[in-house]
Amino acid sequence: MIKTDILIIGAGPTGLFAVFEAGLLQLKCHLIDALPQAGGQCSEIYPKKPIYDIPGFPEVLAGDLVDNLMEQIKPFQPGFTLGERAETIEKLEDGSFIVTTNKGTKHHAPVVAIAGGLGSFEPRKPLLENLEKYEDNGVAYMIKEPEIYRNKKVLIAGGGDSALDWSIFLADIAKEVTLVHRRNEFRGALDSVEKVQQLKNEGKINLITPAEVVALKGENRLEKVTVKDTSTSEETDVEVDDFIPLFGLSPKLGPISNWGLEIEKNAIKVDNTYDYQTNIPGIYAIGDVNTYPGKLKLILCGFHEATLMCQSAYQRINPDKKYVMKYTTVGGVTGFDGSKKEAPKAVVKAID
Amino acid sequence: MIQLQIGMSDIKIKIIDREGVSHEVDAPTDMNMNLMEVVRSYELAPEGTIGICGGMAMCASCQCYVQSDHELPEMSDDEEAMLSEAFNVKDNSRLGCQLHITEDLDGLQVELAPEEA
Ligand SMILES: Cc1cc2nc3c(=O)[nH]c(=O)nc-3n(C[C@H](O)[C@H](O)[C@H](O)COP(=O)(O)OP(=O)(O)OC[C@H]3O[C@@H](n4cnc5c(N)ncnc54)[C@H](O)[C@@H]3O)c2cc1C
Ligand code: FES
Repeated sequence: MIKTDILIIGAGPTGLFAVFEAGLLQLKCHLIDALPQAGGQCSEIYPKKPIYDIPGFPEVLAGDLVDNLMEQIKPFQPGFTLGERAETIEKLEDGSFIVTTNKGTKHHAPVVAIAGGLGSFEPRKPLLENLEKYEDNGVAYMIKEPEIYRNKKVLIAGGGDSALDWSIFLADIAKEVTLVHRRNEFRGALDSVEKVQQLKNEGKINLITPAEVVALKGENRLEKVTVKDTSTSEETDVEVDDFIPLFGLSPKLGPISNWGLEIEKNAIKVDNTYDYQTNIPGIYAIGDVNTYPGKLKLILCGFHEATLMCQSAYQRINPDKKYVMKYTTVGGVTGFDGSKKEAPKAVVKAID
Repeated sequence: MIQLQIGMSDIKIKIIDREGVSHEVDAPTDMNMNLMEVVRSYELAPEGTIGICGGMAMCASCQCYVQSDHELPEMSDDEEAMLSEAFNVKDNSRLGCQLHITEDLDGLQVELAPEEA
């Protein structure tokens, strides 16, 4: 069981900054995210795109903003459970919570802050009959351990960076790699596109375009994938061990919508006049995932909400203490790792 | 005078939502809006199910089928690439976020594509 002061669901910019504000109050945080990396939408959707409305940054790449946040919170040693989705929540008699992920990892904390953004990112599944039947039985939407494809016949579908990158990567491991895409053009980093071209010329990747997968076949396990050439409508069966559709990820609020929280417009209603607490005391919702009159889904609003949430969480965890706000310039930043940052002292010296 | 101008810059668009209900709405041509934003401003699709990428042709949550025979601006590479990866795509599919509201679109009729499962 992982124990912490504030359990944060979602490691997007809002969740990450909450770690900093909590750290100033000497509260420890642990974050859960369904994605294998931190950063939420900024890392998953637009890492290379610039943002212009972060106060104090005339321009910053979304990926760099995430790197900076990670650096800023490092002294507060946050824990991470990545690649797992928060699935269930249980309130104990003492008012604390146990949150369990889809992989069964349990987290215990007196305060839960949901910073789930638009929801946990789930793979976009192609519309194919029998798809479910073959899931984990020849069909996978993410590649977690490339080694399991050693000496296998793999068919990848998709036209973006992940389809290109994994085709390149698996070309060395798998027995056969087939890449199917609806168009002749691919949308990805230039060097990945060129590399696939080269591997195709060398016969290491079997490229089928413009085409799409239209059917899956196999007794108990996936055995064949029917590929339709979209220019001629001709269909051919390709023998495969594994089919990996890589059509990107789309966010789903998912299990959190069954936690008894008040939901409006696919978002969690919170008390915006005070501390962004939900209808369940001890559970807060901050960032894109919450809603209240006038809500704006902006990074800077998430930062503000995280800050006020931490104050309220502090009171909940330490009901007898009174906290007096101190500027970081005045009080410095003392990490749990023993590091201390503070403003250099001014010298008091006479000038003669 | 000013009021007249505001009224003048609206066009009418017919939008059939995902439940099949038809809505005739006024869309301003002078507010730098696109069709996805018009749909959101009238809340014709639940928040969180449209405009996920904010209008960058990166999610296809704003896909619609154009039913009237308006002359539409050509697709950009980005839009074409996204539609080639989207589901439920038809010949008349476009990304709403890539259709800017201009006078040429007066009388446009579109149907929102189903939400991706
Ligand atoms: C293309 C694009 C451009 C943008 N440009 C700007 C801009 O210029 N300025 C601006 O201010 N904002 C911009 N935004 C919006 C900004 O990215 C969001 O407001 C911000 O990411 C919200 O942060 P968040 O931490 O609240 O949520 P998110 O970034 O969405 O992160 C939420 C995280 O929670 C995880 N999660 C959710 N549910 C679960 C669960 N049950 N279990 C485990 N993990 C879960 C998700 O996997 C995700 O990683 C843009 C967004 C996009 C898509
Ligand atoms: S809003 Fe994402 S593609 Fe149009």
